[in-house]
Amino acid sequence: MSNVLIYTENFDGKFKKSTFEIASYGAEIATLLGGEAIALSVGNVAEDDLVQLGLYGVTKVLNFANEGYANLDNQAYASVVASAVEKENASVVIFSGSTIAKAVAPRVSVKLKAGMVYAATGLPKNLSPFTVPKKVFHGKAFADVVIKSEIKIISLAQNSYGVVENPCNVVVEPFDVPANAPFKTRVTNVEKTSGKVLLNDAEIIVSGGRGLKGPENWAPLEELADILGAATACSRPVSDEGWRPHSEHVGQTGKIVAPNLYFALGISGAIQHLAGVSSSKVIVAVNTDHEAPVFQAADYGIIGDVQKILPQLNEAFRKFKNEN
Amino acid sequence: MKILVCISNVPDTTTKIKLTGDQSAVDLANAQWIINPWDELALTRALELKEASAGKIDKVTVITVGDKNAEPTIRKALAIGADDAIRVDAAPADAFAVAYEVSEAAKAENFDIILCGIESSDYNGSAMGGMLSEFLGLPSVSSVSKLEIEGDQVKVNREIPGGNELVEPETPFVAIVQKGIAKEPRIPSMRGIMMARKKPLNVVAPAGATALTEFVAYQPPQPKAACKMIAAENVGELVELLHNEAKII
Ligand SMILES: Cc1cc2nc3c(=O)[nH]c(=O)nc-3n(C[C@H](O)[C@H](O)[C@H](O)COP(=O)(O)OP(=O)(O)OC[C@H]3O[C@@H](n4cnc5c(N)ncnc54)[C@H](O)[C@@H]3O)c2cc1C
Repeated sequence: MSNVLIYTENFDGKFKKSTFEIASYGAEIATLLGGEAIALSVGNVAEDDLVQLGLYGVTKVLNFANEGYANLDNQAYASVVASAVEKENASVVIFSGSTIAKAVAPRVSVKLKAGMVYAATGLPKNLSPFTVPKKVFHGKAFADVVIKSEIKIISLAQNSYGVVENPCNVVVEPFDVPANAPFKTRVTNVEKTSGKVLLNDAEIIVSGGRGLKGPENWAPLEELADILGAATACSRPVSDEGWRPHSEHVGQTGKIVAPNLYFALGISGAIQHLAGVSSSKVIVAVNTDHEAPVFQAADYGIIGDVQKILPQLNEAFRKFKNEN
Repeated sequence: MKILVCISNVPDTTTKIKLTGDQSAVDLANAQWIINPWDELALTRALELKEASAGKIDKVTVITVGDKNAEPTIRKALAIGADDAIRVDAAPADAFAVAYEVSEAAKAENFDIILCGIESSDYNGSAMGGMLSEFLGLPSVSSVSKLEIEGDQVKVNREIPGGNELVEPETPFVAIVQKGIAKEPRIPSMRGIMMARKKPLNVVAPAGATALTEFVAYQPPQPKAACKMIAAENVGELVELLHNEAKII
């Protein structure tokens, strides 16, 4: 048993960078174990898209396209994953760090008596005992976790491994499970906020805090996000006040993000805020207060009034984008 | 109807994290302990539902797995308004073991709704609620940012990447809740604190779960280089540095 099963997520039938990242990661673990990297795809994904996984070291794709599973039901999905693990004799199961990982992976863990590490930050440091690095206390420390069970489940923190090309011959195989009991959860409505860059996919995030003073001042911030193809985010008080939607709240009690570039505009940098953004590769802070704690976490800082600085930033970035 | 809220006892979120000399553990000797922030919101929502139910929800129970040191935290949950509490007398070894202990302790009471926070703010596991639902063989909905009861039907809002789904689970079920589930966590009133002393806190023996994972070593985060300051009159320099130095744009 040394195969690795990778649970791939699609978004309206397409894979995203985070999927290719866990494919790359799972393929490397399969190499270390001397096994195969096998992907499980749940949902309606075209063959042309499925074979893309082969670019990242996957040699087989189990294509589970059963229409009865169009909506997420944690219990039913966990059964599908568990049967794929059994079929392929996988000893390691990889999930992304997304909401679906939180919903399904823990159930698979119990089904297979497989120890689980959520939000691992890299490859196993050791195969025996199987030791995986992860962040704890929201990045205030790192830990090595030994998984003692025969089957291991790892969910990988986003942007912690990267996408690694490793073209392989890949076969796509249909996969199904025997009909099971009707789902015990029913999805009755779906609302999509379309057209925007999603926080968890974003390479660049432009985030505003209470220093912006009010919801009416967000236009230049949104403009900067537009120029850079970035997602917008905010600190907790901003969403608590209703200036911005809850889905934009980042930090310890909101979303944990890890973009390449994070703009903290008028954000003081409270420890709970930084907990959600400290894995960003580069942090830029703009704040009137030179003693704001955000400057301790930032790579680049500007001291000044964000409402005056933002239009200048927009002009400078727009110029750069036009020239590059 | 009965609601169970799972409570994790965690160090205050502003705690400075120090490691023990041999880096085999986090030194939490001086930490203040609190109810995990998501669990606190879950408890708040449970109490709101009970109050709005005109007696249909007769009880909100809180449960924690922990030794005697976890008692002030679970008492605080009683002071906030839970009716009774269960403490499973065992060290919380990992999410798998905690979920198993809670499932065994919860079985006796047939709860209709079980609420868990989406993550604990210490070891950031995000696994316990899902594991609990599987141990109990119950449906679960994760990333729940709203929970309403209409007649006999529970309706929840599940946040998905780029949107929301309205989900109707059969009960009993487990809701794994996040931001939005309640506006502000409730804080105990003086009267609540007095009353909490008389509320039942049942200590039960562990069922004897085995942990599947073990935290063996810790490292502090890499120290960060000093922040480079850019003059407010010269923001063009920032663009230049992000391009040529950080090579990020
Ligand atoms: C249990 C718990 C969990 C929490 N979780 C989170 C979380 O997940 N996310 C989160 O963000 N917070 C969280 N918080 C709250 C956190 O402690 C801070 O209160 C919050 O992050 C502060 O938000 P802010 O930086 O927008 O506002 P403030 O702290 O008010 O900071 C505003 C900043 O803007 C600056 N400023 C003012 N005017 C201007 C101007 N014109 N131009 C430029 N700068 C200006 C000020 O100098 C100040 O630094 C949590 C708190 C607790 C207790």
